[in-house]
Amino acid sequence: MKHLLSASDLTRDDAVSLLDTAAELASVTDRAVKKLPTLRGRTVANLFFEDSTRTRLSFEAAAKRLSADVITFTAKGSSVSKGETLKDTALTLEAMGAQVIVLRHHASGAAQRLAQSGWIEASVINAGDGTHEHPTQALLDAYTLRQHLREGAGDLEGLSVVIVGDILHSRVARSNVALLTTLGARVTLVAPPTLVPVGVQTWPCEVSFDLDEALVGADAVMMLRVQTERMTAAYFPSVHEYSRRYGLDSARAARMPDHAVVLHPGPMNRGMEITAEVADGPRALIVDQVANGVSVRMAVLYHVLSSQEGAP
Amino acid sequence: MTAARILDADDVGRVIGRIAHEILEKSRGASDVILLGIPSRGVPLARRIADRMTSIEGHVVPVGSLDVTMYRDDIGLRGPRPLSRTDIPAEGIDDAIVVLVDDVLFSGRTVRAALDAVNDIGRPRAVRLAVLVDRGHRELPIRADHVGKNLPTSLAESVQVHLVETDGVDEVLLGSQGRS
Repeated sequence: MKHLLSASDLTRDDAVSLLDTAAELASVTDRAVKKLPTLRGRTVANLFFEDSTRTRLSFEAAAKRLSADVITFTAKGSSVSKGETLKDTALTLEAMGAQVIVLRHHASGAAQRLAQSGWIEASVINAGDGTHEHPTQALLDAYTLRQHLREGAGDLEGLSVVIVGDILHSRVARSNVALLTTLGARVTLVAPPTLVPVGVQTWPCEVSFDLDEALVGADAVMMLRVQTERMTAAYFPSVHEYSRRYGLDSARAARMPDHAVVLHPGPMNRGMEITAEVADGPRALIVDQVANGVSVRMAVLYHVLSSQEGAP
Repeated sequence: MTAARILDADDVGRVIGRIAHEILEKSRGASDVILLGIPSRGVPLARRIADRMTSIEGHVVPVGSLDVTMYRDDIGLRGPRPLSRTDIPAEGIDDAIVVLVDDVLFSGRTVRAALDAVNDIGRPRAVRLAVLVDRGHRELPIRADHVGKNLPTSLAESVQVHLVETDGVDEVLLGSQGRS
């Protein structure tokens, strides 16, 4: 695995092996010395053209726990405002010794372009490209589901997962549909018709417009943020109507099976797609997701960097 | 490939018994000894040695496992390896005598990695090494304190340790080719 560009590039064995590695790496967090020497002398560059809290901090923590050096680039306050291109920025980072570039970009396909253009030798990890993919988010979601519903081992065969909200603009939904179905889960997307992407019938999942019906028998529900910053039109009449029909409140959550869990990739709009009671309630694994993100990204960095020389 | 059986099941049992006695003798009982097996086959070996020590001394000898994959010096040369469980006894290793247990001592690089891993977990009073087979060809200044069988080999030969827990049978085989 030289690059990680799309969750659909992972086979079931690849994905399970990444999750297993992450599970062992998670124990480092409980030790007195929270560091492994594995990537000593390697350099990881975080190249973030779009705002991010969780993903950037998580990759930074993951790289540092594996003793890699980290260079962080954010577009704000950089020469991007002077017109510097993705190519030149990446070449600059590579010239500074980066062997892995963790890329977040507002354009769908940016990670693929960077990896396959021949501009650079470094590995590329997609940390979110436009509305396309966010594979490490899908991995940490799969890890969290496995931890709570499958005793932390194996795949997700037979789980029923409902993903609700702004599917149209969601790279998290795309990556999760690919990865969760690869791992054997059944995925149902629920959204207002205006926020369902064209071509969704070719995805390996079901689509519903009725949240209450979809939640019957669901093992997990993943609430997505309504991405107003990417919206160029009015997709629903009002926030109130949206949260009435597609938001998760205590009453809806109470109708889910007892074991069912609630995920949200963050950042949350409390009161819109999820109420504060549910977000802070016993079913919510939102804080677990953040903690697991570090372990999963450690596993991805280890797999990518240990694949660079010699081995496949 | 032909393979000669160097130790059979009875031999393995006797060797484990002797190593258990040696560790007890050297540490004057086992009041502060902790055995850490290096995966994969060091773990069942450590467990068996600890069980034997426990039955001789009458108090429980703590045993755990120590995965050294993330401490190896060949990361990037062999691709990602699956990690094994690290399981340190709850009392920790500070001020204890840690005996690392592995099946085959060869280049010494695994033990070097294990010493680094121990260092990140605590500060033992002493670290010792017990191996079932020492096949020579050290690449680092490392030796074992307790050796089941010294087995002079050529680099072209392979040494395979099989244990009931992992392979269904206790035996040590010497094959005529391949590095192991």
